[in-house]
Amino acid sequence: MDARALTKRFGDILANDRVDLVINKGEIHALLGENGAGKSTLVKMFYGSLEPDGGEILWQGNRVKIDNPATARELGIGMVFQHFSLFEALTVVENIALALPNPGRMADLAKRIEAVSKDYGLPLTPTDVVADLPVGIRQRIEIVRCLLQEPRLIIMDEPTSVLTPQEADRLFLTLQRLAKEGCAVLYISHRLEEVKRICHHATILRHGQVVRECDPTKETPASLASMMVGADVAAVSASEKKANLGGVRLGLKNLSAPAATPFATALNKISLDLRAGEVVAIAGVAGNGQGELFDAISGERPVRSFMIEIDGTACGTKSITWRRRQNAAFVPEERLGHGAVPGMLLSQNVVLTRHATSDGLSWGGLVSLPKAVSIQERIKRDFDVRMSHDNPEARSLSGGNLQKFVVGRELDRKPGLLVVDQPTWGVDAGAAALIRQALIDLARSGSAVLAISQDLDEIFEIADRIAVISRGYLSEAEPAEKMTRERVGLLMAGGAETQGDVA
Amino acid sequence: MRIELVKRKEQSKAMALLSPVIAIALTALSAAIIFSLTGHNPALGLYKFFIEPLTQQWSLEATIDKATPLILIACGLAICYLSNNWNIGAEGQFIIGALFGSFLPILFPDFENGATLPLMLVSGALGGALWALIPALLKTRFNTNEILTSLMLVYVASLLLDYLVRGPWRDPGGFNFPESRMFSDAATLPEVFGGALSLATPITLVIAIVLAVLLAKTLKGFEIRVMGQSPRAGSFAGFSAKGLTLFSFALAGALAGLAGTMEVSGALNQLLPTISPGYGFTAIIVAFLGRLNPLGIIVAGFVLALSYIGGEAVQTALGVSNKIASVIQGLLLFFVLACDTLILYRVRVISRRAPGGEASHV
Amino acid sequence: MFEAVLLTVITAATPLLIAAIGELVVERSGVLNLGVEGMMIMGAVMGFAVANLTGSGALGIFAAILAGVAMSALFGFLVLNLVANQVATGLALTILGIGFSGLIGEAFIGVPGLKLPQIVIPGLSDIPFFGPVFFRQDAIVYISFALVAAVAYTLFKTRVGLILRAVGDNHGSAHALGYSVIRIRFMAVLFGGACSGLAGAYLSLAYTPQWVENMTAGRGWIALALVVFSSWLPLRVIVGAYLFGAVNVLNLHAQAMEMDIPSQFLSSLPYLATILVLVLISANRRLTLVNTPACLGKSFVPDR
Repeated sequence: MDARALTKRFGDILANDRVDLVINKGEIHALLGENGAGKSTLVKMFYGSLEPDGGEILWQGNRVKIDNPATARELGIGMVFQHFSLFEALTVVENIALALPNPGRMADLAKRIEAVSKDYGLPLTPTDVVADLPVGIRQRIEIVRCLLQEPRLIIMDEPTSVLTPQEADRLFLTLQRLAKEGCAVLYISHRLEEVKRICHHATILRHGQVVRECDPTKETPASLASMMVGADVAAVSASEKKANLGGVRLGLKNLSAPAATPFATALNKISLDLRAGEVVAIAGVAGNGQGELFDAISGERPVRSFMIEIDGTACGTKSITWRRRQNAAFVPEERLGHGAVPGMLLSQNVVLTRHATSDGLSWGGLVSLPKAVSIQERIKRDFDVRMSHDNPEARSLSGGNLQKFVVGRELDRKPGLLVVDQPTWGVDAGAAALIRQALIDLARSGSAVLAISQDLDEIFEIADRIAVISRGYLSEAEPAEKMTRERVGLLMAGGAETQGDVA
Repeated sequence: MRIELVKRKEQSKAMALLSPVIAIALTALSAAIIFSLTGHNPALGLYKFFIEPLTQQWSLEATIDKATPLILIACGLAICYLSNNWNIGAEGQFIIGALFGSFLPILFPDFENGATLPLMLVSGALGGALWALIPALLKTRFNTNEILTSLMLVYVASLLLDYLVRGPWRDPGGFNFPESRMFSDAATLPEVFGGALSLATPITLVIAIVLAVLLAKTLKGFEIRVMGQSPRAGSFAGFSAKGLTLFSFALAGALAGLAGTMEVSGALNQLLPTISPGYGFTAIIVAFLGRLNPLGIIVAGFVLALSYIGGEAVQTALGVSNKIASVIQGLLLFFVLACDTLILYRVRVISRRAPGGEASHV
Repeated sequence: MFEAVLLTVITAATPLLIAAIGELVVERSGVLNLGVEGMMIMGAVMGFAVANLTGSGALGIFAAILAGVAMSALFGFLVLNLVANQVATGLALTILGIGFSGLIGEAFIGVPGLKLPQIVIPGLSDIPFFGPVFFRQDAIVYISFALVAAVAYTLFKTRVGLILRAVGDNHGSAHALGYSVIRIRFMAVLFGGACSGLAGAYLSLAYTPQWVENMTAGRGWIALALVVFSSWLPLRVIVGAYLFGAVNVLNLHAQAMEMDIPSQFLSSLPYLATILVLVLISANRRLTLVNTPACLGKSFVPDR
């Protein structure tokens, strides 16, 4: 594959500006860049999901026009999506049939799936319904779907972000085998360690342009990072001063809750004591009960009263408003549609979580919008939230800036307890560093911070203690310096479950 | 040719104001086409339909009389729709409100004093609210689709009205006509402005203004809008979806019930087998044309009321069926919904010949 | 006697069955078209008018289907191309349909209608009891059964059906795999329109061969409830439609027997039964959630 001067614009924004990229047979080629650098846009053009506005694509020396994913698949280009392109209500075999031009009889296809998936060490049961499967298996479906098309180029968008370290290792073996068989792999990741480990070549994008090409085996993660950002990334300092532990701010006592829908995870006997002055991180692969745990702690989903204590008061049945009045604050995973109303102004989004706290935003049922505007300005200043004009609608902000706003909105209250789900998910490196530092600073100033995250780098950067969630069970929180990635990985893969059962 | 939507970064304020105007213009254009297709002078038809009713005092008063219940019902519906509760049974709530408002003057015709009318109005609002709470409770308790249940209850309500005026509530001295006894003076809504308008109109305007303030300035109004746009964020804010469903249905039902009572007490003065020319459904159009804003609804109610009067006018003047009014009402709602797209999206028309090339923005 | 009752149940159930099976396909693709009532009434008036003017029942049926398709195309353009709110647009379609049918039908009020002929299937119709009930019906009744069978087979045994279900389950994924979500949904919407039109024609050409304003009397809405009742499974629509047909007939027969129950109460039975059924079905969240198309009612805008 040889792409020349590919260009794509969205309205006024130039997402890809004359990008050149050559991928050779049998090569694992890394595509690096910050969020918003244009990686996804570029690969979508390779896969026919987007039409380029300029430039050309050569495939095995011939100029081709890829105007549809079906065309791409005919050429031998397969794609494994970051957020998957699966259908939850359908079975594995139906999901795979949808991506094949001539799937043939379902029974025959099921046999082929079983054979190929076993051959590559990614075993699948064709009759399973996707909704019942964990994310790791879902990714296998995507990969096997590509393999069945006998592809010559596989594009993988952040494949390891949903895997345990051990699952990732297995994936690398599969990729290396594919490369040996002559298949090219375009590998998008922000985990620079693994890029260095398995990739032969790297192309780095910044603001839609190619800024560097290099051999990642000859670079360090730090040098790769500075190429991506264009400057040195400020390291987060956990400040040498060891956490000054205070009393228990948040207590979870045998927290259990049945699954609310057929597709949700049940919580099982989760116990945890979170003390003032520390950051406890909960690691885990997506879909293992993180969202359910967050909803129970925030009060969006009530549980039995004794199961949750804030500052010693049992409050499992109390509302989120009551908990906020106890000086607790919450930041959910979804920025748009959960943490903020997309179509409302930032000032109105300040009212969203602070109408009942002592900010004077609401008096006798009336809302004071001028006050909300001034709080919004303070957040913008303190947390460096960048916007095109004053007080815009939430949806017009970029992911990183909106996350700074949503986190800033709660930190601005100086909460005694902060619970945050995926604090820097999909956020650029600069904003992520700022947010992580702010979380640590909050804990050092005497508050308790609970961070639920799927990003191990982040967890080891900020956590004093680490617990792992797996299928709704939580392992015991252990001091971060005693934890290793391997141990966390084992707990993610089910270790937390057995431990939780014993406890 | 292909139509492509490009999402705007933020809502267009200009389009929010312009889109109802564009919709009305397109409706007028379609009406002109219908007039010429049925062999009439389109200019004359449009004049008779949209303009002439405004030039005479009697037709202007009739328009305001018709606009009043529409505005009152639509205000309640707007609260429902803003909070994502699809109450389409206002017609039934209007009827049940009228029944609740009428039991006093029909069953106790001798109870005549200053309290009669206020009691009727309160009871009417209560009746509408109770009727509306049925689908709301079914939704919150059993997760039942409120669109279908609220609509089914319209049929039940009109059959109940039919039963009462033909059966137990029939006027004993009325020669077996299916109608109730006439209301006493104490049960009749007084007229204001020298007899030009019913008291219903000022009451309605006050309620609309109160609701406008509620929506714009209070935490309840904020809650309603948050819940409608993003229920997940609403529950994160500590608002209760179920509570709001009950609140909005009860409010909408109360307003529709009040409108029903004021209609029978003011305009009809008795119960008949049919007491509404579809106000409850037309009010849905009014709510959307008014952009779910009580102040906009006042204007929109007037526009839709005009279509009733205009329909009569073209029937007398041109011999076109007055059914054309409901066609025009339906078209208007279509155009309103289509034009609302412009608030959130830019529409690009792309000619197939030049992919990615020539594109005209709207 | 029982035979006669069963015959009337079939006639009452057929329009519900046809409209509901069409809407089921639409909802499986992820679109909620609340305008069934409007499309049905347009089908009824156009079917009656054309059959009356040409003297041909077949042409009437054809016109009714065309009317339903035209109405649904309008709906499809608004909700799919202009991403208008599906609930509001469906209501608009109903309001427009009722208005337009009133205008068109004004000339046909009181005009005697044309009743579709029975098609007697030789041999089978001689079977005692079942023969006369099931094999001496008009064409549309046969079509209704064929339609359900075809929809059930297509949805679950063919690639087209698989794609349709996929689009209704996750439009983002379907788009990512290269399926044209909007085109597929548009086709489904048009199919639903055709079915509603046909259902309307049955009302004005077979059920009560005349034109009465508002003659659908909420049947379009009941058809929508039937789709929920069936939890989006075609064969269950038959059960639901015949159940409701029976409730309808119960009302007619009870009135004929001059029982001491107000006729208005009997007339309200289908509506009350609908509410009851909806409550019973929706209260079982597991049942409804598993089969509900995940994208039902959600708008889709492809990024380009």
